[in-house]
Amino acid sequence: MSALVRLGAAACVAVVQVLLVAGGGLLLLGVMRKTRSRCEGRVGPPVRQPLLDVVKLVSKQRIRPAAASPVFVAGPVVVAATAVLVTAVAPLVTSDPPLARSTDFFAVVLVLLLGSVSLALAALDTATPFGGMGASRATTIGALTEPALLAVVLALSVPARTSNLPALVREGIVDPRVVASPGRILALCAFLVVIVAETGRLPVDNPQTHLELTMIHEAMVLEYSGPDLALVTVGESARLALLLGIFVNLAVPWGVAPGRGAAELAVGSAVLVAKVAIAGIAIATFEVFTAKLRLFRLPEVLAGAFVLALLGVASTLVTR
Amino acid sequence: MNGSVLGLELVPGAAAAAAGALFPGRHRVHLAAGLTVVTCAVAAVAAGAVLRSGHGLVVRASGILPLTGARLDLVPVSAVFVATTAVVAIAACIYWPGYAHHGLSSRTASGVLPIFVTSMLVVAEAGDAVTFLVAWELMAVSSLVLVLADQAGREETRSAAQWYAVMTSAGAAAVVLAVVLVCAHAGALSFATVAARAGGADRLPGGTRDVVLVLALVGFGSKAGMVPLHVWLPKAHPEAPSPVSALMSGAMVNLGIYGIVLVADRLLGGAPSWWWAAVMALGAASALFGAVQASVTSDLKRLLAYSTTDNMGLVLLALGLSGLLATGHETDLAVLALVTALLLVVNHAAFKGCLFLAAGSIQVATGTRELDRLGGLVRRMPATTAVFVVAALAVAAVPPFNGFVGEWLLFESLLRAIESSGVVVAVVAVVAVAALALTGGVSVMAFVKAVGIGALGRPRSAGAAAAREVPRAMVVGAGLLAAACVVLGIAPMLVLPSLERAAASVLGGARPAVLHGGIDVALAGLDGVLAPAWIAVGLALAAAVVVAARDRIGSRRPPRRVAAAWSCGRELQTARMQYTATSFAEPLERVFDDVLRPDRDVTVSHSEESRYFVEKVAYRSTVGDVVETALYRPAVDAVRWWGRQARRLQNGSVHRYLAYALVALLALFVVLA
Repeated sequence: MSALVRLGAAACVAVVQVLLVAGGGLLLLGVMRKTRSRCEGRVGPPVRQPLLDVVKLVSKQRIRPAAASPVFVAGPVVVAATAVLVTAVAPLVTSDPPLARSTDFFAVVLVLLLGSVSLALAALDTATPFGGMGASRATTIGALTEPALLAVVLALSVPARTSNLPALVREGIVDPRVVASPGRILALCAFLVVIVAETGRLPVDNPQTHLELTMIHEAMVLEYSGPDLALVTVGESARLALLLGIFVNLAVPWGVAPGRGAAELAVGSAVLVAKVAIAGIAIATFEVFTAKLRLFRLPEVLAGAFVLALLGVASTLVTR
Repeated sequence: MNGSVLGLELVPGAAAAAAGALFPGRHRVHLAAGLTVVTCAVAAVAAGAVLRSGHGLVVRASGILPLTGARLDLVPVSAVFVATTAVVAIAACIYWPGYAHHGLSSRTASGVLPIFVTSMLVVAEAGDAVTFLVAWELMAVSSLVLVLADQAGREETRSAAQWYAVMTSAGAAAVVLAVVLVCAHAGALSFATVAARAGGADRLPGGTRDVVLVLALVGFGSKAGMVPLHVWLPKAHPEAPSPVSALMSGAMVNLGIYGIVLVADRLLGGAPSWWWAAVMALGAASALFGAVQASVTSDLKRLLAYSTTDNMGLVLLALGLSGLLATGHETDLAVLALVTALLLVVNHAAFKGCLFLAAGSIQVATGTRELDRLGGLVRRMPATTAVFVVAALAVAAVPPFNGFVGEWLLFESLLRAIESSGVVVAVVAVVAVAALALTGGVSVMAFVKAVGIGALGRPRSAGAAAAREVPRAMVVGAGLLAAACVVLGIAPMLVLPSLERAAASVLGGARPAVLHGGIDVALAGLDGVLAPAWIAVGLALAAAVVVAARDRIGSRRPPRRVAAAWSCGRELQTARMQYTATSFAEPLERVFDDVLRPDRDVTVSHSEESRYFVEKVAYRSTVGDVVETALYRPAVDAVRWWGRQARRLQNGSVHRYLAYALVALLALFVVLA
């Protein structure tokens, strides 16, 4: 019986995290747009606008380009499914998520990579020049962010002696010195750069661009419409919320629920929402003051993140 | 199980070769392929028994080779390579009869292919130096014949065969010297005796041992496609008929790895740390170079060949780490790293064998292997495309396929090496993780390109537009290996305990104590686990939830419509407006400009009347192999120069030749006097 109860609690945690990240991700987009607008002296759309957009999209007709195959249809599903899977088992609301022992950071990175790969393949499947352009650019940036991200995973894992994600979060709660260690600070700086690149924010990609020739991510999803576009939007915003959630829990691990009780989950959710919102507002404010970088300047930024993370490893080795 | 099983497997192999060479009519291919499958099945069963029990099988046949006889000794570590070779060969032999309508059906080809397969099995099973070297040479020669089997008339094929012949002969010379030096010192031919004496007092003196190790690295490394000895690989693999490419890339290059394990770990009982560090450095260089080259080439099979260099580089990385840890007496971690190397070998055999077979199907169906002329295959050849996509995702190391498990294990071994060893190992391991991470990112690019440009979108040529699904045998042959990718990706613990037993037997670990777990992969002394089966189940569940949400919410919407692509409102859309492999890789090519040194040429011709009107723009861009142009071209040129100089001695004048004879005679007298 107790096994059944534990299973139920685990499922509850998964559902709470998925709903929080899927819905909250859209609101996060709204908050970030609102912040930008206000900083630029505009009123801007309401915070719930992305949510309304998705609701509208869901009831629209699905259109498939003539040349496209099932790969095109599978793209958004895989993006959303990988985000849902990682969200369900990541230490977001609680540091004891379902399947906590097997939530490996390295595996998380590669599961999310599956989403990026399937979206790039879907873009090439449309047989349009813009699809190919977006896929080529996104894959190039991905080819350079993935090494930086793996270096971040390494830099976080070496002092903790494990690459298990919940263990990394718990470590910070148990021993606050870990959070302030130079290794982790350097790694988290690199992680932030990676998140910005991975989720297509400025200065890597402009999520609000209307000029097709400068698009990266938006060019890949130009052919989607209706519920498919809704899935892409939800999936991508969930990725942003998820990565930011992991980031804030590694950087500021306090407030993460230690267990799976209802009260704990409520407090944990509130704290998570607050932390992610602050991070989102900070990123949006930063975006106001930056312009998009040239595509061929990006390798320098990402190589910088890579080196930062490796410096983090080095500092851990020196100080141990 | 009795050791004579090993001898038994040679019988169908020889029969297959005879049948292929002598049997009249079309059915010789079926007969030869069927008999080769029997050989491989026997070998696989024997290897499976050895891996399960941990006890070797030995058989001596005095009649087969003159003077010394032949000796087969199937120990656990060679069983890993025998089983891998056998599975790849079975898939290739199922595929072969379907391919035979398009090539590889001559008497020569049907006779030599079974010899090639059998010799690869014997290389891994060989129990003494003579058997090993004879089989090694037989493998080299038979594969050379097979490269030339179909298109000996083509200039590219001939040049590729020439490169392959030179590199493989030079490599074989190094291998012969290394093995002979070891055996001569030990005074025995049998590997078991040599290995037993390596640990004793009369071990090899330092200088000789270093020479042996360097020779072994050159000889076996060139077979494994290690940079800078890889140059034959991107030439010979694409030009060979596809079942042969699959065998070469899925099975033969592995034997280079086996050779390094055999000489360094088994025969010498370990190597100094500088040598293992060199193995790691060369492995990292191979991985990076192979990945970058694969991501910019637009020839499908050349891409796969460079990716082989990349994957073998990762294997060498793991192997070098294992040796480095073993010299530091970290036996448990060394076993883990060797298990990783073996798993990477097995994984590579599965996905690369599959990819080469699928690429062969694509080439047969479309008449080209240029990615820039492919596209739209997902509609025309759905089964082949599905197989191709699975194997490509496996190489890209995304879950739930086998490449992912291999990279995770490599990452974990490097992580644990950093944590628990000395400073040198830690620094080397950090650099190795950096190389692994970069390689992973770049090879994703290569395989998104291979699938996205090659199979998806619209056909870019008439040949691709006319493609039809290939015969069922070809789909089944490639599909067998794709299934292996999925099974190994979801349930790696099916093979990992066997690999661990093999690794422990090589490194002398008393008991395998590194890997635990039933479904999950758990490492001793590590908090977390990897749960590949749960990832697969979770992905399926999440996808089901997402699809249900998509279809249930707002289900009153109008049914789906198929329309022309929007493409920002453009009316005219042709297949030529799609991205090509070249344009897809262009950003990355610019990023790695310094490594690749592409040769670009833009010629703008202006109109006669005014410079402001451009008549035409010609753009040409080729990416060669930097190592080849920087290292091999000067050597080849020097040899040519010598040849030209030597030609001056012969001007056709009989008087001059008589004078040479006279001078030589006089010189002889002077010397003798």
